[in-house]
Amino acid sequence: MPDWVYTDRRIYEREQERIFFGRHWNFVGLECEVPKPGDYIRSYVGEVPVVVTRDMDHGFHVFENRCAHRGAEYCREYRGNTERFVCPYHNWTYDLAGDLVAVPFRRGVKGKGGMPPGFDMAEHGLRNFRVSAYRGVIFATACEDMEPVEDYLGPGIREQFDIIFDGTEQVLLGLHRNVLPGNWKLYQENLKDPYHATLLHTYLTTFGLFVTSNESDIMVDPVGRHSALLSRRPQGRPEVSEEDQAQIQAYREGLKLNDESVLDFVREFDSSWSGAAMTIWPNMTALRQTNILNTRLIVPRGPNELMMIWAVFGRASDDEAMTRHRLRQNNIFGPGGFLGIEDNEALKFVQDGLRRSMPRVGLALLGDDDEETDTIITERAIRAMYRYYREAMAL
Amino acid sequence: MTGLAAADKPRAARADRAAFRDFRLEIEEFHFDYADALERGEVEQWCEFFTDDAFYCIIARDNYESGLPLGLVYCEGKGMLKDRAFALRNTEMYAPRYLNLQISNVRVHEAAGATIRAEANYLLLETLVEEPSRIQQVGKYYDLFERIDGRLLIRERRCVYDSVVINNCLVFPV
Repeated sequence: MPDWVYTDRRIYEREQERIFFGRHWNFVGLECEVPKPGDYIRSYVGEVPVVVTRDMDHGFHVFENRCAHRGAEYCREYRGNTERFVCPYHNWTYDLAGDLVAVPFRRGVKGKGGMPPGFDMAEHGLRNFRVSAYRGVIFATACEDMEPVEDYLGPGIREQFDIIFDGTEQVLLGLHRNVLPGNWKLYQENLKDPYHATLLHTYLTTFGLFVTSNESDIMVDPVGRHSALLSRRPQGRPEVSEEDQAQIQAYREGLKLNDESVLDFVREFDSSWSGAAMTIWPNMTALRQTNILNTRLIVPRGPNELMMIWAVFGRASDDEAMTRHRLRQNNIFGPGGFLGIEDNEALKFVQDGLRRSMPRVGLALLGDDDEETDTIITERAIRAMYRYYREAMAL
Repeated sequence: MTGLAAADKPRAARADRAAFRDFRLEIEEFHFDYADALERGEVEQWCEFFTDDAFYCIIARDNYESGLPLGLVYCEGKGMLKDRAFALRNTEMYAPRYLNLQISNVRVHEAAGATIRAEANYLLLETLVEEPSRIQQVGKYYDLFERIDGRLLIRERRCVYDSVVINNCLVFPV
């Protein structure tokens, strides 16, 4: 992979057009983030700020957070509940579908001024996107004739997606937000890269959450854009072979947490895999790890920076003890989590290297493209993504 | 306070103010030691500022004000604090950094028996190698202190941060 894929402004602009505004579904939020009619959140399609709403009939809408008049970003709250959005500059007013419903002094004052007679409010709503809510997950696209989300995910990936989003009611536990000084694709790559999991995240191996000997499967959809890293935690504490210990520099044997309940696994999924880390092209990751459930929305902010919006959720059926268990376990992820800290630091290191060094081509050579899918010492899923990327970008 | 006759109120309030002033000074000294331990990266020592059953969380202000319980860090009991300290010392990978933790505007709200309810502002400045110093967190502590064997300890600390969009990641606690 040449450095310029991660740093070049022209590549970045082409990605906005061909990927985020192209023939893809963008993840914009969860239904549980807007649980009541009139609820809204700020979100993004690519780098473009949007608002996601639930209308009075429980329909979802996604439209630009930019007034049709002078372009002001009118929605300045993380979330809220309203019947209409009023741009504070000239009070142009939009409903929950983003349609323009009021323009002050449209006919002028005393017959003077005002909008031209031919001004049609119906033609000046907010730029909106086609929306599909699939099993509690809201997607948006600028493409006129997108296939349904189910088909976009493809059969194998959809099956894994449907285990996390199993159709039961979800409850939002909260959000994390962070900026990361790295190209947005690095985050997709990170969740397609099982190789780093036991090497960078010593916490996983040290406390037995994920070790190289765990059964695993690396699943990629037929076109190469989505992926799922599946793993199975054995009963009790897994063995780390002496051979593997020697490969993992920071490994320390025989350590126990003071509070081991943090790692408890309460069975709740209809799956033999205890963990699934998924990437849904182009801007979503979904995770179930033990009893952690989260999504991450990747927001590109120029070639050298991304913003991450993490939504962490539980189920409506959780009792107080289960909610607290999830909250305790979530110390592992997020921008203050044991794994989250390391991922964000490592990706910053990569972008620092990409931006400041002599130009070169990076490597992703591990594994074979036609290997059995049960090895984690592979970068097969990253290569699959770039094969698809070249096609989508026409590079 | 509600049981006092009207005439006693001013004097009681004065006595309260004096007691609260003493508590404030004591809490400020506590914070200076607390910040010093974190600035020096002495995370094991940081755990010793808490009671065994302490609750500690760092929570984004938008979550806090929306009643969403998710913490950036969420610890029930000193065991979880020690596990975080252990991870930071032994398993976590992060770039080296200088920390500067400013704690100010201490206000004592309530003192009852061995416990004191108080709040303070905090500001965490972080400096990485060859990078400008930056604000990593700005927020408020909502605290419940408990005096055990004469020593003030934190029984509950909620660190509510205004800086909702985190600059990459928060490595050390606040």
